[in-house]
Amino acid sequence: MTTDLWVFLGLALIAVASAVSMLVSRNAVYSALFLVLNFVAVAVLYLLLNAAFIALVQVTVYAGAIMVLFLFVIMLLGAERLETGRALRWQQPAAAVLGAALLAEMGWVFFGGAGTGSVPAALLGGAFGSPAAVGRLLFSDYLLPFEVTSILLLAAMVGAIVLAREDRRRREGP
Amino acid sequence: MNIPTDYLLGLSGILFGLGILGVLMRRNAIVVFMSVELMLNAANLALIAFARQAQDLIGHVLVFFVIAVAAAEVSVGLALIVTIFKTKHSIDIDQVSGLRG
Repeated sequence: MTTDLWVFLGLALIAVASAVSMLVSRNAVYSALFLVLNFVAVAVLYLLLNAAFIALVQVTVYAGAIMVLFLFVIMLLGAERLETGRALRWQQPAAAVLGAALLAEMGWVFFGGAGTGSVPAALLGGAFGSPAAVGRLLFSDYLLPFEVTSILLLAAMVGAIVLAREDRRRREGP
Repeated sequence: MNIPTDYLLGLSGILFGLGILGVLMRRNAIVVFMSVELMLNAANLALIAFARQAQDLIGHVLVFFVIAVAAAEVSVGLALIVTIFKTKHSIDIDQVSGLRG
């Protein structure tokens, strides 16, 4: 057992524990904060995997922007504890059975005969996954998808504003 | 770094399964949405693991695009949730069974 493996096991434990806590906590604010912890643990894992740029994007965009948006909406709606009653009695057992079946299938694919095998880490240069390398690839081979992404973000922003604004015309009308 | 790719795929699969459990079991729409984010995150982890194994940066570029699309999806989805809450005064997804406001 090398140090890397111990660090990986610790991070995996944090990630899985925070994901489970997100699922079982009754308060949506706690769920969001546990999800932030999960994202940060995975970001540290990305650092271990020679993906420095993606780790930084994960922390700033996911753990920063997206989760702050989630927390804003939860607190704006006051929707911390809105789960009362149980409409479908068979829902949770059925969900548990289906989820366990999917997990078993994934385990069979990963660790059964069709898996990748235990590949030792490849020897990678220090520049692999650095912001300079990923940025060069983004602005040369993937320039068109990159620009399309900006249009997508603009469309999403306009759509969010249109959906969430007050409809003044209907309110002032007859 | 000396982490076998299999372990990363196992962690990714476990996180994805937990996300699916959240989507199937929880009824608070915001928590369901957060579980979808967890599943996207697990897929990103698998992409990074494969990129390292194949020594190819395309996986990193793909993860970057996934994160950008997730940001767009979250903004529109949360706007939808706010609108549904305004009309139905609830975000219990069992009650949101019709599309009419």
